[in-house]
Amino acid sequence: MLHRSRCWSVVVWLFMAAVHPAVAQDTIRIAFVDPLSGPIAILGTRALKHFQFLADRINSMGGIDGKKLQIDAFDNEGSPERSLILLKQIIDSNIRYITQGGSTPVAYALSDAVTKHNRRNPDKSVLFLGWGNTDPGLTNEKCTFWHFRFDAEINMRTKALTDYMASLPKIKKVYLLNPDYSSGIQVERIATEMLRAKRPDVEIVGSERIPLGKIQDFTPYVAKIQASGADSVITMNYGPDMILFAKAAKQGNLNATLYTFFGGYPGIPAAVGESGKGLIFLSEWHSNLGIPEFEQLSKDYEKRYGEDFFHWKIALTLYMLSKAMTEAKSVDPLKVAYALEGLRYETPVGEAWMRKEDHQIIEPLFISVLTDGQKFDIDHTGLGLKTLRKVTARDAEVATTCKMERPAH
Amino acid sequence: MVRLLIEPVLNGIVYGLLLFMLSSGVTLIFSMMGVVNFAHASFYMLGAYFAYQISSAVGFWPALVLAPICAGILGAALERWGLRGVRQHGHVAEMLFTFSFVLIIQEAVQLIWGRVAVPYAIPEELSFSISAGVGINYPVYRLFMVGISVGMFAALLLLITKTRIGIIVQASLTHPEMVGFLGHNVPKVFTFVFGFGCGLAGLAGVIGGNMFSTDPGMAHALGAIAFVVVVVGGLGSLGGALIASLLIGLLQNVSISVDGSLADLFRLANIQVGTTGPIAELMHLSLNRVAPLLPYLLMVVILAVRPRGLLGRRI
Amino acid sequence: MVWAGCALVLLIIPLAPTSGFALSLSSQMAIAAVFALSYNMLLGQTGLLSFGHAVFMGIGGFVAIHVLRSVNAGEWQLPLILLPLIGALGGACFGLVFGWFATRRSSTAFAMITLGFGELVYASAFIFVDLYGGEQGITADRTLAPKILGLEFASQLQVYYLIMSWAFIAAVLIFIIGRTPLGRVALATRDNAERVAFIGYNPNRVRFLMFVLSTFFAGMAGSLFAIDYEIVTYGSLGLSASAQVLMMAFIGGSSTFVGPIVGAILITGLQVLLGQYTDLWILYLGVLFAIVIRFAPDGLAGLIAKECASWRLNHIRGRSVLIGLRTIAAVIAAIGFVTLLELASRAKTASVGGAVLRVWGTHVDVMSPWPWLFAGICFLMGLISLRFVHLAAARRMSVADVNGEPK
Repeated sequence: MLHRSRCWSVVVWLFMAAVHPAVAQDTIRIAFVDPLSGPIAILGTRALKHFQFLADRINSMGGIDGKKLQIDAFDNEGSPERSLILLKQIIDSNIRYITQGGSTPVAYALSDAVTKHNRRNPDKSVLFLGWGNTDPGLTNEKCTFWHFRFDAEINMRTKALTDYMASLPKIKKVYLLNPDYSSGIQVERIATEMLRAKRPDVEIVGSERIPLGKIQDFTPYVAKIQASGADSVITMNYGPDMILFAKAAKQGNLNATLYTFFGGYPGIPAAVGESGKGLIFLSEWHSNLGIPEFEQLSKDYEKRYGEDFFHWKIALTLYMLSKAMTEAKSVDPLKVAYALEGLRYETPVGEAWMRKEDHQIIEPLFISVLTDGQKFDIDHTGLGLKTLRKVTARDAEVATTCKMERPAH
Repeated sequence: MVRLLIEPVLNGIVYGLLLFMLSSGVTLIFSMMGVVNFAHASFYMLGAYFAYQISSAVGFWPALVLAPICAGILGAALERWGLRGVRQHGHVAEMLFTFSFVLIIQEAVQLIWGRVAVPYAIPEELSFSISAGVGINYPVYRLFMVGISVGMFAALLLLITKTRIGIIVQASLTHPEMVGFLGHNVPKVFTFVFGFGCGLAGLAGVIGGNMFSTDPGMAHALGAIAFVVVVVGGLGSLGGALIASLLIGLLQNVSISVDGSLADLFRLANIQVGTTGPIAELMHLSLNRVAPLLPYLLMVVILAVRPRGLLGRRI
Repeated sequence: MVWAGCALVLLIIPLAPTSGFALSLSSQMAIAAVFALSYNMLLGQTGLLSFGHAVFMGIGGFVAIHVLRSVNAGEWQLPLILLPLIGALGGACFGLVFGWFATRRSSTAFAMITLGFGELVYASAFIFVDLYGGEQGITADRTLAPKILGLEFASQLQVYYLIMSWAFIAAVLIFIIGRTPLGRVALATRDNAERVAFIGYNPNRVRFLMFVLSTFFAGMAGSLFAIDYEIVTYGSLGLSASAQVLMMAFIGGSSTFVGPIVGAILITGLQVLLGQYTDLWILYLGVLFAIVIRFAPDGLAGLIAKECASWRLNHIRGRSVLIGLRTIAAVIAAIGFVTLLELASRAKTASVGGAVLRVWGTHVDVMSPWPWLFAGICFLMGLISLRFVHLAAARRMSVADVNGEPK
């Protein structure tokens, strides 16, 4: 009986041995690790489409130094444990680049695991390209040489937003409503500090932390905000929380303007409808920047997938990686990493660079408002984003506490 | 001060009644069949999605009637061709079977309607607010919701106590064999009750889906709370479910408005609480931060102290 | 003897072709197996249905990783080999406190209290950031511990042997516990607690002891996890982890000792395999679960045990024909079902994502009716054949009944 089940296990393992993706010689493989099934699959599937679209684009323009870029997708179901299991699989398959962006816990787990692996196996090193995690710790206290972040982190975003708000005389009373976890608490703290420093006359009339993803009914919060007399609300709520909050704000006839970090994400305007009009959104990109290159990108993407192009940061990831590999004349992660840090890149909206001290990208940011009558709308809702202010990379930059160990060159 | 409390109380009642609509079905099913239907919140979700689909085609008012019926039929089918065969294996197997349907329905919904929230909205006719005095504007849709749930409770009570089918159902509760001997088709009664319970959950979904958000995560969000309600009120007691729903609805809404912590309470009595260590962390937590935990805390306390709930029978 | 055979198999696995992957997968399966075995001490042996067992594995993991961090910092001196014991004790302490008042309730109340408690701990993980690490989780380094026999545990091979040894020890211990008087009375308590009281044992005491032992091994599984991944996050405490171990124990078979091991291997393998090919694997898992509950509530191991028993009674021919037919029909139905769902899933985005679906090693065009027809026919044929075989078997059984033959 026992013996039989053990035989099964051997069969299963041998079967597993047969399952291995094919390896072609002149390809640069990047392992994409994000949720492709389960409750947050939308994050991963959307990002994967961007990766494949942009990889194809790069390949059609000659690839990287003649080598083709290949994206290998791995479904981590949103779980850090699963991601670490996949990492072992990825390392076994001889893939040297891994990218991830859908979840902060996963990012920390991967960053830590990659660093340990590279230390113990320097000849099989792996480079971690973070396309979409904004938690500051990844490039501050937990920074590592083997991780690069291609997304403006939360402190940068908060600074850009509060700078803009500080420049508006009409803002007098601000309320902070954020999810109760590391990033939300960080926004609450930094926004308060920055506002106090830049506009001492602005009153922070309240700040609230909501349990992440647990509140269905935001009316009590809206009632509190209304009662406080706030004219502006800063919120980094995302996903269902953002939708529910925006809807409740409309239903409760909230007079305040919502300054959001995620309000313009695909899916939100559609779910929120008219309630979204007037919402302020901070991002590194939106579809109405008026730049022909971007508009072509959006059109091509929509033609291929029927959805809105959104993750310019993924384009930045691949373009900068391509430039670094070309300059380093190598695909070895160590050499590419040294080429990537400090790399400057001219984007269609201004210069961006990968800061050497902490491997954080410094890029231009935009503050926009969700309104009608724009050239490109989101999710076919008729509402699109219109730029209110552009923040150059220089102005968006924020200091770091990172002190990373560098491997020998 | 009073004004600040009126809205949370009103919202608490509205939310509580929604919870009641959801948990009444679970209570009903448990009373009849001794089965805890874990997939109940999934029928809530299905009700919302059906309503979205139907209202996109023919409008909200037909959806109000049709969507719960669809959910009910699906529930009845589940009972007839699935659960009935599992009953022979015991209560544990029955519970696990309903649990498997949580997964299946969740994935099926994502397959059919996608993974993002769908734009199921409140109908135009009901999306305005009326003045409730003291400077408060209250959304009419919520009052509509109160009306539906109160009406539902009344109808349920009448159905169970005054109609023939209700009396048969009541009898099957305690003496299923005898009712069978008297010539009634007891398995059919069970199927009907299960379907009816799921229909009630679907009705809650029709109302709640556009008030809140209709997305694949909604079952998980509300399901756990509904379960807490059932446990606190007492498995098998409709009255208990009502009281518990209102209690938890009020608790959640009012506690969110409270900014104080246990440490503040102690400070009132001039006792200073330290600031380091996990106990101190606990003391300094303001109530609004732990608001979502309170229902679970209440549930654990009730189960430890009075496992049959507020008005339940002995278990 | 059987145990020695298993030990041998476990020793030679590292020699398998894709060594690295096989090692990490086997470690994963071993941890899951220990967890599932601990869970079955509650479900299969004592009749206690728990929806919050992952809490104890998680607590064990967090205790282990915090201790490892202290060891990394030089505060304590503890070789890595002994770490699983620490985690196990952590889990058991928690189990002691919780079990004391939870096991006094009836089984329905017990199930609900574990559910509520599980959700409570999971929700509170965000609040106690120092303990649970919040979003980041808690990390440690397994190579920075006092070395024994020069083992540094930097390589996956050494970790594999460590995990396998402890998993093996745990399995043996759990097996032995099942054979002790406590284990036997626990089985009796599962079947009829009232009667057990009349025999002279205290059913609550029995439940409580089994609960504490079960949380001991759950904690051990948690610390093995901590050693393998060097990180523990709040996700380990959640409902989905508890639900998963429930499925492992049940699908594998809660009435036999091997059942949970089989379930752990199967579900872990499915997750790894299926997840690579389809996004719908959770749906398939749910359907599998439902089917097992409905048609094979003793789980797969129980099913095989029954078949083995009748095989031993020498009624091979008729039965095996029926089993073979059933299997073929079920496989055909499954192929049809899966194909239909995969087609449907692709058809939703066919207008933009491409209408070609890669299934069963071939490419099919989602827009043409032929794959649909083929899949639909497969599915219906499979179901009809199943029904047919079922009726034939029933007729054969009743004939045998009438003739007084063994079935």
